[in-house]
Amino acid sequence: MATMSDALAGAQGKGRRRGRDLAGLAVILGLAVVGYLLFPNNLALLTRMTAIALLVLSLDLVTGYCGVATLGHAALFGTGAYASGIAAVHFGITDPLLMLACGILGGAVAGLVCGVVILRAHGLPQLVLSIALIHLFHEFANKASSWTGGSDGLAGIAPDPLLGYFEFDLWGRTAYVLGIILLALVFALLRLVVRSPFGMLCRGVKEDPIRIRAMGASPKLALMKMYVISGAVAGAGGALNAISTQVVGLDSLSFTLSAESLVMLVLGGTGSLFGALTGTIVFMFFEDVVSAANPFHWLTMVGALLIAVVLFAPKGLYGTVADLAAGRRRAGR
Amino acid sequence: MQTVFSIAVDALAYGMVLFVISIGLSVTMGLMRVVNLAHGAFAMIGGYIASYAARDLGLGYGFAVLLAVFGTIVIAVPIERLLYRRIYGAPELTQVLMTIGITFCIIGIANYVFGPTLKTVPLPPALQGSVDLGFRSIATHRIFAIGCGLGVAVALWYLIEKTAFGVKLRAAVDNAAMAAALGVRTEIVYAVSFAVAVGLAALGGVVGAELLPVEPYYALRYMVTFLVVVSVGGAGSIPGALVACLLLGGIDTAGRYLVPEFGEFFFYLAVIAIVCVFPRGLAGRAGQ
Repeated sequence: MATMSDALAGAQGKGRRRGRDLAGLAVILGLAVVGYLLFPNNLALLTRMTAIALLVLSLDLVTGYCGVATLGHAALFGTGAYASGIAAVHFGITDPLLMLACGILGGAVAGLVCGVVILRAHGLPQLVLSIALIHLFHEFANKASSWTGGSDGLAGIAPDPLLGYFEFDLWGRTAYVLGIILLALVFALLRLVVRSPFGMLCRGVKEDPIRIRAMGASPKLALMKMYVISGAVAGAGGALNAISTQVVGLDSLSFTLSAESLVMLVLGGTGSLFGALTGTIVFMFFEDVVSAANPFHWLTMVGALLIAVVLFAPKGLYGTVADLAAGRRRAGR
Repeated sequence: MQTVFSIAVDALAYGMVLFVISIGLSVTMGLMRVVNLAHGAFAMIGGYIASYAARDLGLGYGFAVLLAVFGTIVIAVPIERLLYRRIYGAPELTQVLMTIGITFCIIGIANYVFGPTLKTVPLPPALQGSVDLGFRSIATHRIFAIGCGLGVAVALWYLIEKTAFGVKLRAAVDNAAMAAALGVRTEIVYAVSFAVAVGLAALGGVVGAELLPVEPYYALRYMVTFLVVVSVGGAGSIPGALVACLLLGGIDTAGRYLVPEFGEFFFYLAVIAIVCVFPRGLAGRAGQ
């Protein structure tokens, strides 16, 4: 049923989807401006949100589009952060764009490593492999303290002015703008990727890997490629975090961050880039507001929010809204 | 020799505590197909109730254990009716989201009610001290924990393999619709197995309070360990869970004794190796 109506909508949907891409970009930039105007003193939080949004987008690539459940995705984010941090501290690469490149490269390599391990199993064992991986990464970063600073964190990252002109100021304006531009770029690129034949192949692998193999494609290769792309995106997020906070801590490689990013993704709705963004924004704002209002009860409130979403919006916040909208459009036709 | 012996005893006790707690999770996961990340939270509730009963009300240890098990079941059954029932058969990620939400709520409430400090369950005189084996002495509590693990293993095996309830449970698991058509009230079967699982979690939380101290973040801290144990053993298998607990308990304890500075590095390395070699768990069945 769904596939047929999708196919019918396909021809006329092309223009509409391009419209939605542009609308998505416009929403990101619009929200960025609104955020800047509303919270001029809180740009650090907004930049952090942007970095985490990159992580959640990257998680969506493997979880939402490929169906790989993982609780260890912070491994890619943290590796990116450490890669750019180590490049800056130990190798003197302090140009922010080069640091970003280092982070992307590091994330992609971590994606390859994680992909090789995680894709060996399915279902619950897969989840457990990802948990074991993130703990290994964490312990490794903790032990290699001459490179990573161990539990003290990697300090002393001092990025040069962006493009040789824009200083990273105390208010974090430059970092914020860099983050938003990065997010918009990544978002646009990922829209292309998930809609390409390769993206479709990945969706196919999620639905029915045996059929994909019968059609002559290799499910594992497709997933591995997607893992590397995902690593690059998460690494960009990690690098952004390293550049903006100028310190990399062990928490960027923590199980908590992995679990939170999965929660944000499912909260927003898997299998759609908009869902990933929605989930990040809602979760992080909710967490920030509630923990400021009542530090004693914030965990209870976050838990209640998650339960409420499962009960009342089972496809995630964005997924449910999109479904409602699609239902109304169909009814109106 | 001394070290080897202490490692062996500690590993055995730790493994058995892990077994008592995670066998319930193995049942919910393998038989009812629910990824229940809130399982550790129920063990924590059991620990809190026992601590409150023994320390603040001054009840005996046996009473405290009973109160913990039944109190936790009384708390958990409404949660099952209201929340869990809606996620049976739902996608894994939905179950993860729901059960993490429940865990967060329980942690927040426990933090509010009992405060952020560590709670202990005072041991009765009979369990303090140690037993002399002639050539070595073992802490009595360790022996008690090991005995509890063995008792639970035998009782569960009997319940699932030999009783009418076990037959109904296995039928409901294999084909819920067919079992219901044959007159098995699957809802009740599920509710009862859930209660049993939660009761075991609470028991493990109390018995293991010496090894896994009770505090508000208990549920999150050990959630991963329990999940790892179940997955390594193969969900739904009692012997598998037993072997996995002893194996992982041994690796973890040996690692802590011999190379403490590496933390849990070797534990997780072993987990990756085992899962890669046995993707369905040590006792996993094909076709799951």
